[in-house]
Amino acid sequence: MDSLKRISGFLWVALGLLVVYLMFSQAGTEIATAVKNNKAVLDTQMFWYIIIPIFTPIMLGLCLFGWYAWKGEYDRIEIDEA
Amino acid sequence: MQTSTTDHESVSGQGLMKVILASSVGTLIEWYDFYIYGAMAPIIATQFFPTGNPTAAFLAALATFAAGFVIRPFGALVFGRLGDLIGRKYTFLLTLVLMGLSTFAIGLVPSYSSIGMLAPAIILTLRLVQGLALGGEYGGAATYVAEHAPVKRRGYYTAYIQTTATLGFFLSLGVILATRKTVGVEAFNEWGWRVPFIVSAFLIALSIYIRLKMAESPLFSKIKKEGKVSKNPLKESFAKKGNLKVVLLALFGAVMGQGVVWYTGQFYAQTFIERTCGVEFEQTRYLLCIAILLVTPFFLVFGAWSDRIGRKTIMLGGMLLAILSYRPIYQTMYGLANTKAKTEIAERTAVNMASALNPAGDSVYTTTTVKAYTDGTTLKLVEKKTVLADKSKPAPKPETAKTVWLSASSFWIMMLLVFIQILYVTMVYGPIAAFLVELFPTRIRYTSMSLPYHIGNGIFGGLTPFIATRLFDASKTSSNPTGDPYVGLWYPIIIGAVCFVIGLLYLPSKKEENRNEEEA
Repeated sequence: MDSLKRISGFLWVALGLLVVYLMFSQAGTEIATAVKNNKAVLDTQMFWYIIIPIFTPIMLGLCLFGWYAWKGEYDRIEIDEA
Repeated sequence: MQTSTTDHESVSGQGLMKVILASSVGTLIEWYDFYIYGAMAPIIATQFFPTGNPTAAFLAALATFAAGFVIRPFGALVFGRLGDLIGRKYTFLLTLVLMGLSTFAIGLVPSYSSIGMLAPAIILTLRLVQGLALGGEYGGAATYVAEHAPVKRRGYYTAYIQTTATLGFFLSLGVILATRKTVGVEAFNEWGWRVPFIVSAFLIALSIYIRLKMAESPLFSKIKKEGKVSKNPLKESFAKKGNLKVVLLALFGAVMGQGVVWYTGQFYAQTFIERTCGVEFEQTRYLLCIAILLVTPFFLVFGAWSDRIGRKTIMLGGMLLAILSYRPIYQTMYGLANTKAKTEIAERTAVNMASALNPAGDSVYTTTTVKAYTDGTTLKLVEKKTVLADKSKPAPKPETAKTVWLSASSFWIMMLLVFIQILYVTMVYGPIAAFLVELFPTRIRYTSMSLPYHIGNGIFGGLTPFIATRLFDASKTSSNPTGDPYVGLWYPIIIGAVCFVIGLLYLPSKKEENRNEEEA
């Protein structure tokens, strides 16, 4: 089970990076299309200007989670009581 | 996972119920304050945002709704830190005051037609204050109750706090419906929508009075007495790997999925029924109110059950059921209101045509068609065509509004489908307060649990209607002008599925929880 946890860590790192890439590329495409067609420009921009700054740091957090998993940090969860 | 209260004296019996009541009433009112805005997003859009494009206006209001959610993690940081430094009691008293004042003020802001762009700017600011306050409230209330409750019954007692979000939503729907009934639809859209916001002031005053009488959490008092209060809760929570990794696990392995299940069941369902299916305003709210009322006790059932079989099994079970059944549920919901698949009673069709001049001197032709169907469904189509007085300008597109009144049987089936979705909510949300509280030590608990909770619920969950509506609008193409009504579901399904896998792999099971408790 621990090795599965560690190997899956790669998956979370990859997923986080993939989502960031997809967000930027999709935003670029949609905004360019909206500007070109002069249709719903404000709506499209507003949507992506909200989504990208919010989800990019969270996806980087997913990458960090994956990194910790790969390093075996989740083999056992220990919390020290103060 | 170690529990952190192995040596504390829990409050029992009547004292504990008083603690729960006092905490729950305040939290419920905060949720009420937060939700009345969301429940009235379409009206607020017309009052505070430039008119012209209804979708733009609706998205603008949802963006403000989203702003309320996105700011919540910041509230979690600000008030979580305060709660771990000065105590739970005064911190969540402060959040209550902030929430009450901002909600009351929303009810008093003049509309866009009176003060122009200042109106949406003020609304946005007040909405941000609301989000900030809510970000600090929940963690405090959950921590406060958990720190009073016996360790082995934390799931059950904190589940009372979990009911407040749904009951707050219920209360907001109830007050909106009652106000609308009392003042009439036109007056409600014009000024009556302000009443539920203003009512909040009385509810908050009552709650502040109750909370002032409460004592500090026994666990916090104990660590304060021993001089063990954290000097820098933010640093301890997020700059130390040992705790940060648990924060990340809580977010990606539990709260992220819980957030989307919650907001799909309660909010996207409402948006879908009203906007996509076209079901009438009051009927939509009645069926939601009934479903919420019937399902609320299950928060306590699953909270208590999680004390016996573990939080993980119940939360992940609810998540799995949700992601597997969302599409069939929404397909059935759409079918119940889809008049194209029903048999029309032609002789009962009524058409009414009227024309009038608007203030700009344009002629507005309105055609109202009411159709009845054999199963008892009624459909009203209102088509407005505007012929501009200034012929040099391009003619605007005709506007069509569709309203469906469900038959009695369809109404109850629709209610059952919403009930099932909220039942999933009770599974994922009922045990989560106890789950989060148990993940973190007392001295940094308020800060550590608040952030993943509000990222999961505020951002992943709170943006569900916004993202799902955007996906639906984006699916409308020239070849498919009505769009794919189910495309919005991919967002909660994918997020829920990722969270389920992470939770299944990494969250400790009940067996491990017990082992750690024994070792503690």
